[in-house]
Amino acid sequence: MSQKEIELILTRQLASYLAMPIIIVDPKGRLIFFNEPAEPLIGRSFNETGEMPVHEWSALFKTTDKHGNPLGPEQLPFGIALNKRRPCHVNFWVQSLDNTRRNIEVTAFPLIGQQDRLLGAMGVFWEVVPDAG
Amino acid sequence: MQVKMWGTRGSIATPGPETARYGGNTSCVQVTGREGTVLVLDAGSGIRRMPAGLAPNVKRVDVLLTHLHMDHILGLGFFGPLYNPGMEVHIWGPASTTLDLRTRLNRYLSPPLFPVHLRDLPCKLALHDVPRADFDIGEFHISATTVCHPGPTVGYRIASGPTVMAYMPDHEPALGVTSFPMRKEWTSGFPVARGVDLLLHDTQYTDSEYADRVGWGHSTFQQSIRFADLCGAKRLVAVHHDPTHSDTDLDEMISLAIAAAQPKFPVVGAQEGVVFNLGPDANPPRPLIGP
Repeated sequence: MSQKEIELILTRQLASYLAMPIIIVDPKGRLIFFNEPAEPLIGRSFNETGEMPVHEWSALFKTTDKHGNPLGPEQLPFGIALNKRRPCHVNFWVQSLDNTRRNIEVTAFPLIGQQDRLLGAMGVFWEVVPDAG
Repeated sequence: MQVKMWGTRGSIATPGPETARYGGNTSCVQVTGREGTVLVLDAGSGIRRMPAGLAPNVKRVDVLLTHLHMDHILGLGFFGPLYNPGMEVHIWGPASTTLDLRTRLNRYLSPPLFPVHLRDLPCKLALHDVPRADFDIGEFHISATTVCHPGPTVGYRIASGPTVMAYMPDHEPALGVTSFPMRKEWTSGFPVARGVDLLLHDTQYTDSEYADRVGWGHSTFQQSIRFADLCGAKRLVAVHHDPTHSDTDLDEMISLAIAAAQPKFPVVGAQEGVVFNLGPDANPPRPLIGP
């Protein structure tokens, strides 16, 4: 058994200490970690889910634009970060298994190590709360 | 495989009567294979005396640097084989994200920090950015894995047939981990130390000292024992002693750590001059000279 790349280990440790919801994926989009603040988004804890292939974790919630149109991977933050190797900021809607609909903003960026190795991507999630004013 | 300790201290050389038994020289370990291949792990101040342990017929030495902090390279300019035109010296170490090993080492081995340039050394010198893939030196099969320590740092796993040792003098696998150790694949250094016959591992701090030094890149005795246990190491040798720890302190720290952890494997503190013979040979392939 090999260890995760040290950059991923350090990223996970950082995410574990931050109060923002964070998801980390590997270069194939496999979910390899999410922190406690991200648990409401996923609906379960990481201890319960463990790692999940992309088709499995993306099925946990439906992603749409504000009009309810489904979004493809190329429009979603991790797809952009991994495929185009660039940071992005995307606003979209998710519908969880409990039918809750949330407006989400995500900043995602690729994790690129020495020798130009794509190690995965990290996404920080914010729920958009309507301005009370 | 024969493993000899030439420098066991971390951070800064600490000569003196209070450190005479465990030693005051900084990191340097000689590994000699049954066929005579010589590896030198790190180039702390201990490397100055290390050539005394070379057989007269040795014409090539490979120096494997874990990283380029000063306590691991400060002895390099005083390594005799570098000034011997008949010697072939290979230096391996991690590149940074932007600089190769030669450029990084030149920052130390050049004026004003050192009077001699790398390029002016009379030996046959070759520098290698340590590769991500496994590589062979003589009879040794070596892998270098990046591990948790500030700046580019690797741990070395060195195999000769079925005999395997690991060298991680600067390693903080417990950084940011609330319950150490985590699962194997999320533990820095696990593949380096998996099932090794001998693990040389960072044990710089006591638990109370670590509380004020989180993120400095080092481990406690307890963390190292837990790490060795996770990896299934057969023997743990504590290295990189803190410069403030006297021989008496180290005796007490090791005793307390063993009593608390009750490890299933032997745990000893590295002492300068001590030799570990690994593998099928109970005796070394050839007697070493000194210290």
